[in-house]
Amino acid sequence: MGSNLIDALFVFMLAAFIGFEVIRHVSPLLHTPLMSLTNALDAIAVVGAIVLVGEKKSTFATVLGVIAIVAATSNVVGGFLITDRMLRMFKSSRPTKP
Amino acid sequence: MTEFAGSQYLIEIIYLIASALFILSLKWMSSPATARHGILAGEIGMVLAIGGTLLHHGIVDYKWIIIALVIGSGIGVPLGMVQMTAVPQRTALSHAFGALCVTLVGTAEFYLRTPNVPRFMMSVLSMEVILGGLTFTGSLMAAGKLQEILPQRPITYKGQNLVNLLLFLVAVGSSVYLVLHPEAKIFFPIIVGVSLIFGVLLVIPIGGADMPTVISLLNSYAGLSAAAMGFVINSKLLIIAGALDGSSGLILSIIMSKAMNRSFTNVLFGAFGQVQVSAAAGEEAKPVRSATPEEAAAILSAANKVVIVPGYGMAVAQAQHKVRELYDMLTKKGVDVRFAIHPVAGRMPGHMNVLLAEADIPYDRLIEMEEINGDFPQTDVALIIGANDVTNPAARTDQSSPIFGMPILDVDKAHTVMVIKRGMSPGFAGIDNPLYYLDRTLMLFGDAKQFVGGIVRELGGGH
Repeated sequence: MGSNLIDALFVFMLAAFIGFEVIRHVSPLLHTPLMSLTNALDAIAVVGAIVLVGEKKSTFATVLGVIAIVAATSNVVGGFLITDRMLRMFKSSRPTKP
Repeated sequence: MTEFAGSQYLIEIIYLIASALFILSLKWMSSPATARHGILAGEIGMVLAIGGTLLHHGIVDYKWIIIALVIGSGIGVPLGMVQMTAVPQRTALSHAFGALCVTLVGTAEFYLRTPNVPRFMMSVLSMEVILGGLTFTGSLMAAGKLQEILPQRPITYKGQNLVNLLLFLVAVGSSVYLVLHPEAKIFFPIIVGVSLIFGVLLVIPIGGADMPTVISLLNSYAGLSAAAMGFVINSKLLIIAGALDGSSGLILSIIMSKAMNRSFTNVLFGAFGQVQVSAAAGEEAKPVRSATPEEAAAILSAANKVVIVPGYGMAVAQAQHKVRELYDMLTKKGVDVRFAIHPVAGRMPGHMNVLLAEADIPYDRLIEMEEINGDFPQTDVALIIGANDVTNPAARTDQSSPIFGMPILDVDKAHTVMVIKRGMSPGFAGIDNPLYYLDRTLMLFGDAKQFVGGIVRELGGGH
């Protein structure tokens, strides 16, 4: 258990640094789609809710889990959808330079 | 244990691949050319991760999982199809949903495990529900303000900061007590309840103009709460996704706070330092010069270089498509038209870019503040549409101004400044803008959409 948590801390630290490095290079042009994309990715929390519901350990936990899955799934679906819609709108000017 | 080792390994490998895809997904977001690959990578990662999770050996019943996934997708589709002008409130709402998921799972985990919760786990579990709870209600408040169900003006009262601080201390204090005395179950609902109230109180004093910072910060909190949940359920995938989201939100909040000249600690602790301005409305009327659409059209068609500065007012008036017509018309006449985008223009990071892209304006015409500021002295016309504080020269010169030091677009250096505005009322922060009284400034009074439409008609008729 103890070593698991330490491992997890290392993972968190490394992922946070990767996040900083990767996102620093995102053009301000795309800050809105970036936010909706990270939102969709963040909804990966649904995996925790799925296990919670599937294990059926108590009615209370199942009910909370079902609501949690609904909330997170709507973020996954809605987040990817709107990010895609936004990115499709970003067009460069045609290469017909005068 | 050994019986399930095989599927367990498979699931972990799937999660590993999903994590890599998530990182690639964000990496590809760095440029518009590759960004759509980023979505694909994210989607594949997500499908893999959810599919892998369904293989989990502990799952004995799939019925409710499937039902919930279907309902969630059903809600997600309309949320993904909203108008581009509604994107800020949609984003706030999705922060709320993400935080809701995390808080509910945290609560369920607590009651399943109590009173045998190890100390470290109890501390991250409290962190999970504190951040999740305050992000949930805080984001709902933000969404309400953006949708204008709630007043956009800051709601303030005496001792506000003290009340907020006390609530926060109660939440943290209860968590510490619960870590030390895991049998004191009663403290858990207190932590959750106080966090929910704290989220509401944290966001009500914040005005609409500060929303870009707030949304970014809530974004970061949502990510951190998900990462904390990753610690609780021992999911490295969730820790990684949460850390990525957390750092993304943090970077955006830093950019936003710099663009408003707020200190970073100010932002981090949620003290958004709303500018208290003595409402100096209705005082002596200084002379301004105004112009009609015909005059504006004549000046614009005589120009060589035009820079358009969009702001939240353009979004409110839904004027972006008319602006696009103006852009087309002027470009056809050989005028060089570009758009100057202030980082905090609008209600969320990148808001203006999305609206203008929706109106089909090529993204290479959208120029960031640092890049375009040097060009204003060579600009014939700066046309401001629904922006105010981000163009206020008082931020450079007037030490007593509440926005002193905030980086602004140097529109006052252009040869002619034209400002489309409904009236002379001060901007959102309630600060008067000396730009409007300059000799080179022409005020174009009217609704942004109608006025731009008028200019377009004049330009079209002239030919």
